[in-house]
Amino acid sequence: MYVAVKGGEKAIQAAHDLLAQRRRGNPEDPELAVHQIREQLSLAVDRVMTEGSVYDPELAALAIKQSAGDLVEAIFLLRAYRTTLNRFYTSEPIDTDHMQVERRISATYKDLPGGQVLGPTFDYTHRLLDFALLAESETTAQADMGAAAENAETKMARVSALLEREGLMVSEHDSGNEPADITRDPPVYPCDRSARMQALVRGDEGFLLALGYSTQRGYGRNHPFAGEIRIGEVAVSIIPEELGFEVEIGTLRISECEMVNGFTRQEDGEVRFTRGYGLGFGQCERKVMAMALVDRALQADEYDEEIKSPAQQEEFVLSHCDNVEAAGFVSHLKLPHYVDFQSELELLRRIRKEDASRSEEATS
Amino acid sequence: MSIEAVRSGYNFAYLDEQTKRMIRRALLKAVAIPGYQVPFGGREMPMPYGWGTGGMQVTAAVIGADDRLKVIDQGADDTTNAVSIRAFFRDLTGVETTEQTEDATLIQTRHRIPEKPLMEDQILIYQVPIPEPLRFIEPSEVETRKMHALEDYGVMHIKLYEDIAQFGHIATAYAYPVKVNGRYVMDPSPIPKFDNPKMDNCPALQLFGAGREKRIYAVPPYTEVRSLDFEDHPFEVQRWDASCAICGSRDSFLDEVVMDDCGNHEFICSDTDYCRTRVAEQGESA
Repeated sequence: MYVAVKGGEKAIQAAHDLLAQRRRGNPEDPELAVHQIREQLSLAVDRVMTEGSVYDPELAALAIKQSAGDLVEAIFLLRAYRTTLNRFYTSEPIDTDHMQVERRISATYKDLPGGQVLGPTFDYTHRLLDFALLAESETTAQADMGAAAENAETKMARVSALLEREGLMVSEHDSGNEPADITRDPPVYPCDRSARMQALVRGDEGFLLALGYSTQRGYGRNHPFAGEIRIGEVAVSIIPEELGFEVEIGTLRISECEMVNGFTRQEDGEVRFTRGYGLGFGQCERKVMAMALVDRALQADEYDEEIKSPAQQEEFVLSHCDNVEAAGFVSHLKLPHYVDFQSELELLRRIRKEDASRSEEATS
Repeated sequence: MSIEAVRSGYNFAYLDEQTKRMIRRALLKAVAIPGYQVPFGGREMPMPYGWGTGGMQVTAAVIGADDRLKVIDQGADDTTNAVSIRAFFRDLTGVETTEQTEDATLIQTRHRIPEKPLMEDQILIYQVPIPEPLRFIEPSEVETRKMHALEDYGVMHIKLYEDIAQFGHIATAYAYPVKVNGRYVMDPSPIPKFDNPKMDNCPALQLFGAGREKRIYAVPPYTEVRSLDFEDHPFEVQRWDASCAICGSRDSFLDEVVMDDCGNHEFICSDTDYCRTRVAEQGESA
């Protein structure tokens, strides 16, 4: 009797052992340390923290090690850890005006208060493989932190605020409402802006990139300018109930993007630029730009724009942007479906049999 | 990692008590409105979405130290995902597990209802991929919720009618839609329609968890569950010309097993516990 299709505990254990062996690679090579990943694969760590929605470089690096570099798997590991954590406080909103800026660029002004600070970027590098890295004898480059260090302490005016002051851009208002928490509350559509932003921050970079790109190619165009992109550290503070005043508990390194988008006539009759917003942990510029494009596309309804492109459809974008959900549901096709398939098989055979007997009757 | 280390690092059954309470509240609402999809704050689980995270959250919310848990996938206790989920709850609760349907107090299932009739003190927990029966007709959640509210199920009957017009049969062989307690149209999860009649007036409590979609619904004990049909095309279940190659059953759902490269096949019971019990009984009587 053929029973090998069903696997047991032993098979699973053996598969896991094999996976561990593959992950380790050649045992003669030194094992990769978590701190090496954190330090030397920091952009991967940043992506895992952003989409895994936990700011913890060490755990993110651990997840990358455990997942053998499969970042979607690492994001999943971090999410599954996060979900069990207790919530102690809700922090005060972070203030990116007071960011200790490492990088700050604007594509809308040649120069502006605070200046253009390139910071650590791949932009303007020539994408030529650096064979020197093969030799593993890298000498540490000593970067001149001059300009960035000077700017670090000052409050840097933001492009959107400059435009707002002139009445050229729609302003964002804090509604004062408690923000949604998409990790605790099920989604309802149309959803709150805060819920939408959370979903986008956690959303898959590749998916949002493609959607943002599609708006540039005419599927929901919104005429974007990279008004400002900044990367740096911001302070996080809480107000403990028993104290009643703000206490700084640490800093986050974040990336932020504010897009200036095509203008529309507002309800008050004035014409103003619209805007899109993107934010993520660490250095994740591509992600925050894509997010800002999609955020603007999803405001179509508020500006009475015709909703006809995928990037403009809130339910479509938000319910498919999470890679942990998407990867899980796609991969579940690997699970056995014998019963469903058998049901279809039986039905198909019956229909074919009836068709055959009908055509026999017709010919006889 | 040792089982002790895992268990000491997590709460009983993985989820924290606040989360369990939230899920139980959703379950109570679901039981009060049979067939209605209750949104709940679904959590990320340490297993992938689509692999039973909804069922696992429901199980985690209702399981107690005295429970005896059975987990099946495709009717079988020994399929890999059933093994994995059973091991998860064994490791994180320490409760007894069983493969015998009649011994279990909780049964988590994917794609089948056991062949042996369920009893009053049992809970059957279904893993649900897409809870919305109208989803493949209307992709928007905003619209489908409205349709349920207005009991606007005409499109579903049109779909079934179109099947009959095209194939001479309703071309839904699994996840066959049902109407619960004369009100809500419900997706019974991808069980074969063979199992649909077992849901009707069932003495056991039936709970449904959809993790990725964050919905919970329920069929309380002794509730009417009708499979949708037409007077001239009444609902019927699958039949096989063959019988089980192991136990000889003609009444159970049979899986087809391909025997060789020429496509020869045999049939065996999909419910491994049912099949094993029958073989044991035959051994005794022989």
